[in-house]
Amino acid sequence: MPSSDIVVIGGGANGLACAIRLARGGARVTLLEAEPEVGGGATTVEFAPGYRVSGLAHLVHGLDARLVAATDLAGQGFRATDPLPTTLPGADPLTVPAAGGGPGDWSTLMDRLGRHATRLAPLRSLPPPRLGAGNDWRALTGVGFGLARAGRADLRDLMRLILINVADVAEDELSDERLRALLAFDATLGAWAGPRSPGTLLLYLNRLALGGARAPMGGMGRLAAALRAAAEGAGVTIRTAARVTAIAVAGDRARGVTLATGETLRADHVVSALCARTTLEGLVGPAHLDTGTVRRIAAMPFHGGAAKLHIALTGAPGFGADLRHRFVLAPSVDAVERAFNPVKYGEVPDRPVAEVLVPTAHDPSLAPEGHHVLSVIAQFAPHAPKDPDAAKAAFTRAVLSVLEQAAPGLSGQIAHVETLMPADIAARYGLRGGSWHHGDLAAERMLFLRPFPEAARYRAPLPGLWLASAATHPGGGVTGTAGWNAAEALLKEAA
Amino acid sequence: MTALTHYETPIRPSPFAPRLDALNRHADWTPWSGWRSARSFGDVEMEVSAIRNGATLYDLSPMVKYRIAGPGAVAMLDRLTVRNVAGLPVGRVHYTAWCDDRGHLLDDGTLFRLRADEFRLCCQERHLPWLLDSAQGFDVEIAEVTVEIAALALQGPCSASVLGAAGFDVSGLKPFGIAAAGDIMVSRTGFTGDLGYEVWTPAGQALALWDRLMAAGAPWGLRPIGSAALDVARIEAGFIVAGADFVPAEQALREDRAMSPLELGLGWMIDWDKGHFNGRRALLAERETGGRRALVGLEIEGNIGAEGAIVYLDKRREVGTVTSACWSPTTKKSLALAHLDWKHRESDRLWVEIYALRELRYVRLMERARVVPRPFLDLPRRRATPPGAF
Repeated sequence: MPSSDIVVIGGGANGLACAIRLARGGARVTLLEAEPEVGGGATTVEFAPGYRVSGLAHLVHGLDARLVAATDLAGQGFRATDPLPTTLPGADPLTVPAAGGGPGDWSTLMDRLGRHATRLAPLRSLPPPRLGAGNDWRALTGVGFGLARAGRADLRDLMRLILINVADVAEDELSDERLRALLAFDATLGAWAGPRSPGTLLLYLNRLALGGARAPMGGMGRLAAALRAAAEGAGVTIRTAARVTAIAVAGDRARGVTLATGETLRADHVVSALCARTTLEGLVGPAHLDTGTVRRIAAMPFHGGAAKLHIALTGAPGFGADLRHRFVLAPSVDAVERAFNPVKYGEVPDRPVAEVLVPTAHDPSLAPEGHHVLSVIAQFAPHAPKDPDAAKAAFTRAVLSVLEQAAPGLSGQIAHVETLMPADIAARYGLRGGSWHHGDLAAERMLFLRPFPEAARYRAPLPGLWLASAATHPGGGVTGTAGWNAAEALLKEAA
Repeated sequence: MTALTHYETPIRPSPFAPRLDALNRHADWTPWSGWRSARSFGDVEMEVSAIRNGATLYDLSPMVKYRIAGPGAVAMLDRLTVRNVAGLPVGRVHYTAWCDDRGHLLDDGTLFRLRADEFRLCCQERHLPWLLDSAQGFDVEIAEVTVEIAALALQGPCSASVLGAAGFDVSGLKPFGIAAAGDIMVSRTGFTGDLGYEVWTPAGQALALWDRLMAAGAPWGLRPIGSAALDVARIEAGFIVAGADFVPAEQALREDRAMSPLELGLGWMIDWDKGHFNGRRALLAERETGGRRALVGLEIEGNIGAEGAIVYLDKRREVGTVTSACWSPTTKKSLALAHLDWKHRESDRLWVEIYALRELRYVRLMERARVVPRPFLDLPRRRATPPGAF
């Protein structure tokens, strides 16, 4: 039976980041990926003959600085653009620069929120603080000192904002409805929340802490390939098409894994970068867990509300701006809220809101010459509609209608459309409920509450098992931060 | 839709109520988990005496009962409870306990193995949500059968003779054994520490069982008893009661009030080697560090029952609380169960402060207390098989 110090399950950004950190820490690491390619939600797919696009995530946003420093991604052939400006198309289009500037009140608000985000950002790369003993007080003191140095006015402002809804802030601080809509859209992108849901400003601060969003050349699959090369360079053994069906438990400890082929791998530690619920309920099984823990796991919310659309175009779309921009189709705060209302009842909104990229504007090789692809994240799509096929058709129609309005004539250019509803995303990427964050990212599921208190510091409620997916702090996005943090926690204990 | 009329009967009568009502001429009732239960039938002292010298009937119907059955029942119960269920033979019963994730006691009770894959769990508190959540991942069905099954505790040295006269041959039935006679099941179990049995019947046949036992038991003076007499007997036997001697973990409002089986003196029943069970990791850690409080048995000087008394070290420092106590007519001693601070659980410098209300004035007593092993009363007739023909 082959053995390894550590087996990492799941080859997404978090699994790869975790494996890289562990290998650099001296462990013998085997990473197991069920699919033929690593990458998880970071992938490039050919969705129609000759048309390629990032299969799920489509921006490099918040890639962990420790991971970047430890890997020569450029040397592995990975390149991304500078942070993208955002354009709000329409009769009166408006472009907001990637960082700093923009209209007066927007710029003032971004400075203010940016200060808060910068002070909170270090929390992302720490294990979540614990109520009570066992904290890394030196690191936490740094965060606390940063907040204290902010001064009373800023701290009071942060306390006021931290659980507020983003719509109130938008309406208080911004005069231009288009900018209010942009703030409301970005705060709720990927969330199960409308702009008037509490805690949405906090989600925006988290987004700001990720820094600028950059477009990957060749799609997100290139990033996955570069991370794979970096992992192998660090000594990680990577096995693809290796689906784990069970985590072996003996003597009340995770001892290894069993693959779909029946093969078993022994390990001193097992790290799962899969969905925490799938890991614990499915791979470990309730028999090895306490009933209270089983209850916690069953209570984890998985409300995917974002759909992904890939559209092949025979010509350049007419968004009325530089196609290398990020386009946000959200005319008003109310429009975002109205797009959220129906999904609460499993229904499809008439006017979805969307983030649109034209990847071929950065890398023309993704489509036949002169042709383009659109990569669209559209909200809000129901994750469990009564009639999935009808919902998918209706949602696709609604998105295409919104796109046609933003880029007149687009309908006539369409060669192919692929829609991934949350259920499709769940099936294709193992994201339960279509939740991009492996469980809702919301104030009540952050820090020591993510995924639930007993598993908040990457240590699963089973000795020898660690959780490293976006289900853990600090949550989702192709960042590798949770995976890196998990590796740090494991190495600290093993030392 | 089921008519919701339960609120019209806030306290439920037992299937034996027609007989109990006629006998309980003092109407000395007490609620038990939503049921009407007799506190006494008029003379607690005579009822205690009958438990130790004759034969008694106690209505057990309000006891919460669950049916747990299916191919995964053994594995599910081994995960739920601290004792080894796989090792419990069919037709046997064991006393057991179950814990939450933190190793704190949710309840104790008796587990009956009726068939290879069918069990009955009897306990004080209701646990259906916990049981159902504990059944996730196991091929097992769980249902509460409290209402469907009526039961009587037939306890006392003459109980085997009464059963024999009623046509139940229990001469070969060992302690914690089960025997079936048609729809009726007899188990050699009880809460008195004496020779005794529990007789289980479908609720519809309850009155017939009552009449059959009372008629057969007349020559032995078989008499009904209430919870007051039973409480004396169970203290003599050293048994603990949920809500009196421990706070079930799901009900504890204060974080430090829930207790572990190690603290409650139930460590002997934990099977550490059977695989995972609820609370095992927390209990393993506690086994290393020790608990916070310990339940002990106390013998107290004097003849005044020490209910609710405070326990002191050297008459000065408060180190514990009496949770159950009585003057024990059988041992002729003042007995108590008490919680002590863990480090004083074996101290020989303990005193209890008793406040005895005497004609509207408290008489304060400070009596010496000795920690003694439980049970306080160990009767060979409880174990003898065949049982003595008293």
